[in-house]
Amino acid sequence: MEEIRALMGGFAVAMTWVNLALMLAGVTLGVLIGVLPGLGGANGVAILLPLTFSMAQSPGGATSAIILLSCIYWGALFGGAITSILFNIPGEPWSVATTFDGYPLAQNGRAGAALTAAFTSSFVGALVAVVLITFISPIIARFALKFGPPEFFSVYLLTFSAFVGMAKGSPFKTITAMMAGFALAAVGIDTVTGQLRLTFGFTELLAGFDFLIAVIGLFGIGEILLTIEEGLEFRGAKAKLNMRVVLETWKELPRYWKTSIRSAAVGCMMGIVPGGATPASFMSYGLAKKMSRDGEKFGTGMVEGVVAPETAAHAAGTSALLPMLTLGVPGSPTAAVLLGGLLIWGLQPGPLLFVEKPDFVWGLIASMYLGNIVGLIVVLTCVPLFASILRVPFSIIAPVILVICAIGAYTVHNSIFDVWLMVVFGILGYVFKKLDYPMAPLVLALVLGDRAEDSFRQAMLGSQGDVSVFFSNPLVGTITGAALLLLFWPLISKLIAIARGRNGGTNAA
Amino acid sequence: MEGKKPVASMRTAELAMAALFLVLGVLVMWDTRRLGASWGEDGPQAGYFPFYIGLIIVVSSAVTIFRALNLGERGRESFVEWGQLRMVLLVMGPTVVYVALIANPWLSLGIYAASAIFISFFMWYLGKYPWKRILPISLGVVVFFFVMFEIWFKVPLPKGPIEAAIGFN
Repeated sequence: MEEIRALMGGFAVAMTWVNLALMLAGVTLGVLIGVLPGLGGANGVAILLPLTFSMAQSPGGATSAIILLSCIYWGALFGGAITSILFNIPGEPWSVATTFDGYPLAQNGRAGAALTAAFTSSFVGALVAVVLITFISPIIARFALKFGPPEFFSVYLLTFSAFVGMAKGSPFKTITAMMAGFALAAVGIDTVTGQLRLTFGFTELLAGFDFLIAVIGLFGIGEILLTIEEGLEFRGAKAKLNMRVVLETWKELPRYWKTSIRSAAVGCMMGIVPGGATPASFMSYGLAKKMSRDGEKFGTGMVEGVVAPETAAHAAGTSALLPMLTLGVPGSPTAAVLLGGLLIWGLQPGPLLFVEKPDFVWGLIASMYLGNIVGLIVVLTCVPLFASILRVPFSIIAPVILVICAIGAYTVHNSIFDVWLMVVFGILGYVFKKLDYPMAPLVLALVLGDRAEDSFRQAMLGSQGDVSVFFSNPLVGTITGAALLLLFWPLISKLIAIARGRNGGTNAA
Repeated sequence: MEGKKPVASMRTAELAMAALFLVLGVLVMWDTRRLGASWGEDGPQAGYFPFYIGLIIVVSSAVTIFRALNLGERGRESFVEWGQLRMVLLVMGPTVVYVALIANPWLSLGIYAASAIFISFFMWYLGKYPWKRILPISLGVVVFFFVMFEIWFKVPLPKGPIEAAIGFN
């Protein structure tokens, strides 16, 4: 049980007073970020990333920095449930399914039960995913040590194809957004030849586009604009959470163990695939509705209807860090921002991280256990406080959040040009949301663009321009094949539907 | 209801956005021609990868344009109503002025003074608060940020004449 020993070492790293204090601060800040409109996991972490630059320089500081940032992420995941249940406003896309039964519960005066169920099942989902990370990620990392450029490019291809294959909306819009991200990533000095690409003579573009600016603009400013469109009012249910309600709900929860296990499994599987958290929450809600005895009552305020999506969303959100740690391929925008943080701190994410920086990796994994426990305690005890923040009028909250976004954008490179870029990305984010262009592929392409291109070029160099290198051995062939299957999945599923229709639709299976 | 009138239809917005992407794709492809988008002596040239990126953008946005033309009923739906656009502009306008106030060639106020003005304006115009509530909140927020960034984290932000007057640069 080598993993157990490594994990214990990780706990020793994570359990210092400084790190525990950072966890508490991170989770509290994260819940706050998750509750506030315009601030979410991705841009919250992006705004705070520059503040960790100096922290990460000291010995062991990188571990403290990642603990702080990942705890903000856990907090934001918890916080999303608060707004969904009390205000019917999903803080994050994967909290949408939580509103289906959570908001009716709150309207029936059972907000406390809904919140307790949501937090507890979030915790359970995250815990299952962390256990998975603990035992699976060393194996994947060891396996991935054998990867060469073709394998890495095929993994990138798989990541981006997954967005196309799992997209709800138009696959062409997903491709357009993703490729726009790649194009923006290519702007600036080419790392191989040193040539200037796509700068069109503007000196401001020499350094290229920073994805942190894009994240702050797209998710932050864009969200504020969408919120303001609906007017200035928030209407929410009252939040009361006392120990009696918590204990009563906890007594009720074991009844839904089947739903919990199923949702956690769905979440873990989907979370490893990029963009998986949102479909995971919907899928698990749908499955619970189909399989539960009270299926017809779903949507009227069933605790089970809160358990299912929350467990899955948290399991998915947590396991999104697995490919980030082991392969250097993030599974969600927030994981992408964390990956960007590693790069800025001078760490190379990927399989070598487990060999070269075991303290960092296992400290982070241990902090996931601790951070989620801290998170559960914080949200259970402080709900009324966080809910009261949403009662601060929008005409005060909105400018303060815009100021925070502007400061965050400025601190990335100490450049006012970046603040202007953020404003442009904000307008883009607003239009993207309204026209159903997905933002996550754009952000991920912007983060991974250079790395994907490098591995593509190296693979091409190795094979002297022969594309068949991506099918040259069973491993890379399988990954590429899976990627192509996912890429053309919208087309394939349509063909299957047509073929079924021809058969007269008699075989419903 | 004046505010319910749509400014633009879904179809118009879809077409405009896809056209914008189409232009972006063409721009990318055009620039890679200068860089060389083929196989050089020592491997792929600088424009090799971006060329295909541009090509895919052109193709996929062309499909989106084609689809937008055949949207049918949904294409006539409203993209944004006047009332909604008014609210969005009420946020965007002051934000642009705010960023301009932080740093410009004529009179840069710095981020703190500009933020105080920005928050005050929002509370006064949109929130209709009295000044005795506006001033403590806007100044309090700004002082908090000042202490946090300049003193606590030692991350310098743009400063203007007021900070210079009290000896901070």
